[in-house]
Amino acid sequence: MQWEVVIGLEIHTQLTTQSKIFSGSATTFGSEPNTQASLVDLGMPGTLPVLNKEAVQMAVKFGLAIDAEIGQHNVFARKNYFYPDLPKGYQISQMELPIVGKGHLDITLEDGTIKRIGVTRAHLEEDAGKSLHEDYSGMTGIDLNRAGTPLLEIVSEPDMRSAKEAVAYVKAMHALVRYLGICDGNMAEGSLRCDCNVSIRPKGQVEYGTRCEIKNVNSFRFIEKAINSEIQRQIDLIEDGGKVIQQTRLYDPNTNETRAMRSKEEANDYRYFPDPDLLPVIIEDAFLEQTRATLPELPPQKRERFQSQFGLSLYDASVLASSREQADFFEKVVSISGDAKLAANWVMVELGSLLNKQGVEIDESPVSAEQLGGMLLRIKDNTISGKIAKMVFEGMANGEGSADEIIDQRGLKQVTDSGAIESMLDDVLAANAEQVEQYRAADEAKRGKMFGFFVGQAMKASKGKANPGQVNELLKRKLEG
Amino acid sequence: MHQMTLAEIARGLADKKFSSEELTRTLLARIAQLDPQLNSFITVTEDLAITQAQAADARRAAGETGALLGAPLAHKDLFCTKGIRTSCASKMLDNFKAPYDATVVASLAAAGTVTLGKTNMDEFAMGSANESSHYGAVKNPWNLDHVPGGSSGGSAAAVAARLLPGATGTDTGGSIRQPAALTNLTGLKPTYGRVSRWGMIAYASSLDQAGPMARTAEDCALLLQGMAGFDVNDSTSIDEPVPDYSAGLNASLQGLRIGVPKEYFSAGLDPRIADLVMASVEALKKLGAVVKEISLPNLQHAIPAYYVIAPAEASSNLSRFDGVRFGYRCEDPKDLTDLYKRSRGEGFGPEVQRRIMVGAYALSAGYYDAYYLQAQKIRRLIKNDFMNAFAEVDVILGPTTPNPAWKIGAKNADPIAEYLEDFYTITANLAGLPGLSMPAGFADGLPVGVQLLAPYFQEGRLLNVAHQYQQVTDWHTRSPAGF
Repeated sequence: MQWEVVIGLEIHTQLTTQSKIFSGSATTFGSEPNTQASLVDLGMPGTLPVLNKEAVQMAVKFGLAIDAEIGQHNVFARKNYFYPDLPKGYQISQMELPIVGKGHLDITLEDGTIKRIGVTRAHLEEDAGKSLHEDYSGMTGIDLNRAGTPLLEIVSEPDMRSAKEAVAYVKAMHALVRYLGICDGNMAEGSLRCDCNVSIRPKGQVEYGTRCEIKNVNSFRFIEKAINSEIQRQIDLIEDGGKVIQQTRLYDPNTNETRAMRSKEEANDYRYFPDPDLLPVIIEDAFLEQTRATLPELPPQKRERFQSQFGLSLYDASVLASSREQADFFEKVVSISGDAKLAANWVMVELGSLLNKQGVEIDESPVSAEQLGGMLLRIKDNTISGKIAKMVFEGMANGEGSADEIIDQRGLKQVTDSGAIESMLDDVLAANAEQVEQYRAADEAKRGKMFGFFVGQAMKASKGKANPGQVNELLKRKLEG
Repeated sequence: MHQMTLAEIARGLADKKFSSEELTRTLLARIAQLDPQLNSFITVTEDLAITQAQAADARRAAGETGALLGAPLAHKDLFCTKGIRTSCASKMLDNFKAPYDATVVASLAAAGTVTLGKTNMDEFAMGSANESSHYGAVKNPWNLDHVPGGSSGGSAAAVAARLLPGATGTDTGGSIRQPAALTNLTGLKPTYGRVSRWGMIAYASSLDQAGPMARTAEDCALLLQGMAGFDVNDSTSIDEPVPDYSAGLNASLQGLRIGVPKEYFSAGLDPRIADLVMASVEALKKLGAVVKEISLPNLQHAIPAYYVIAPAEASSNLSRFDGVRFGYRCEDPKDLTDLYKRSRGEGFGPEVQRRIMVGAYALSAGYYDAYYLQAQKIRRLIKNDFMNAFAEVDVILGPTTPNPAWKIGAKNADPIAEYLEDFYTITANLAGLPGLSMPAGFADGLPVGVQLLAPYFQEGRLLNVAHQYQQVTDWHTRSPAGF
């Protein structure tokens, strides 16, 4: 049986507001337990929530960026359930009238095509606190620092058809919220978390299969692995004659398996109703326009500009535009070097693999955009060859200074003096007289292969510094001659 | 001294006839002597009162003036008071000392009032008889076998018994006006949003409103002046200028249009009360008012709608009392579920548990539309009724309650019978309108109240009408025997 996979995602993004969504407490991560919890965050009797305007602004910004309908009359609702780290016994969220309605986000697939993923809605809500189970010998500690941190929950349509597409969507969303400056995207600290709804159906079937929700997956890699393992579980189950039951499941990275948390029947009845402590939020047109004016250039526009302005391929443009930091880095390198294709190549390939190896993000890159741009200038003016450039790049990565300093110190300046190259070539040919004889005796086809040998010897003799173009030209002349 | 109204106290203090400390000590002694009969206080804050009285006297000596400077009062025990037990008359919060002051408490303190204590009430403000308190029932000073009404029954009994001149109350379905009527007081529920709810432990957030309870409309004006105003901490408070309530008291009632709804005179109304209501209408006519029969066609739906909305909100508001962070926690919980079940089962009394269950049911999946949404629709209809009525009249007049105070225990077997006592008061909460109850006579020695309702933010008009009425009647000056 051919199976089709159907995936929809709920992404919880923590908004980078100065203070919490309904109180004046700070939202800094990692403070001593319960030091960032005010009377409101503690759910003290008699306290009341007051909505943080900055959170509303961020949500609207997001809505505009995904071309969504903005809920100009949106309402906060209470989601009622008991849990020790939920101080009021309810979470303030949005149910029927969210702040962001239907929108969409384009993702670039591996084959370079673009797919549009629907966003059903996005709503504002407050985060809960944390239960700490270690260090309290049989007891549970409650840290309410996180309680009341603003979250924007972004719900997608079931538009993704593979784990890879799902990851591409999360990456694109991750890039977008960072572009907008509304979320720091730090998945390790839980600033961006993902619930994955997964189902399968026989290819060609219109109705969806029964879905399972994998809760709280917090890295791109785990999202892919969790979804794939869940897909396989569902296929095995059905092919063995079983049935998928609607469930909430948890992914265990150690076993690479998902396991059941609770079934639909055990799910809470949250008894949603509009929060009487908060008035409906009315978003006026002027506010919308004001917010629209603050939108930065977003990945799709940036990608298109990179293609038209710099002549980059769709793939290269998509990759470079995928994060604001990378795009900024790239543009700086271009502005210094004046060569977009060369810049794209170096940023994506050499810098990419360096960052990968060191496990750092581009904003912590050991080689700065100024350094890289300066080095590309030296490639362009023939001071160094591409090959030498890799040595210079390594030097920059090791903190040896600018490209010019490294070229100077290590004497890597390319030899372009044709006299010097000629005499060096003479030495090489003399040392390889036998091969010269063979070359001259050989036919055109064989010569082609043998020519490379001489180039190699020549570059070796010059320690890579001879200008490869000149070497080629002079060598050819000497061998033919 | 204890017979003085707030206005008289203000004049006495201004004329240096006595100090706030002398007055405070007199009243504290009176509370110690008489309150055991009434049970109107949960906590008497003697030390705080003396300190505040001395501070008020010092402020006055330094040249400060103000109608509330040095005025003694008490707060219903659901207003948070910093460092002082704030119990909501519940075992759940018997050990709870609030870490902050409610805005109402802070504003009145800033005006120089002296807090004598925290008054008894129905548990979490749920009741109309003040019988559901963890600290025992409050007695009506007019007849100690009778209830004082509720839920602000402690405030009502204490002021009626001249233990102090005024107190704060809260009104979710009649909890200021109904006990005021049953104890011969003047009580005002302001427009929803007029007084901050910050620090007022919530029963039903969309209905709760704090207000003053005193013996005269003039005193209610003084207290409301100290309570009303916008508060950034309460998103539902309204940024509307606060008028000078005392300045408007003496306006003439010439041409005032009074509407009397025909639906008010239904079978449930004690005929003695109906007669007293009509007598009050006659008195107002003599003052120049014109009277008109009006209709509030959806009145009959008010109680069912209220008993869906209020419990629904309460079921959520009271979720925070879970034994985890503050309040009562059961002994030796076996696990988390046991902790929740027993802490709440042992900490809440039966009426509170009943309303939590009703509310949770009304909000549950599959019932929400039929109950909660339907009730909200009725709420809109009731509001529309009032809007239509206020297009024709300036105030609406009727009985505050269908019956005078009943015997303690008389309605315990039938909660619905007690719910029906709020028949006339509940609509003002559902519509968010201001309402006032004023003394209008007696039925076999038990006080009877008349209720006035006005359009939004017309508290001044209510106080004006009541004050003018009190200039030509003396019901409000009568004190219960033995107090």
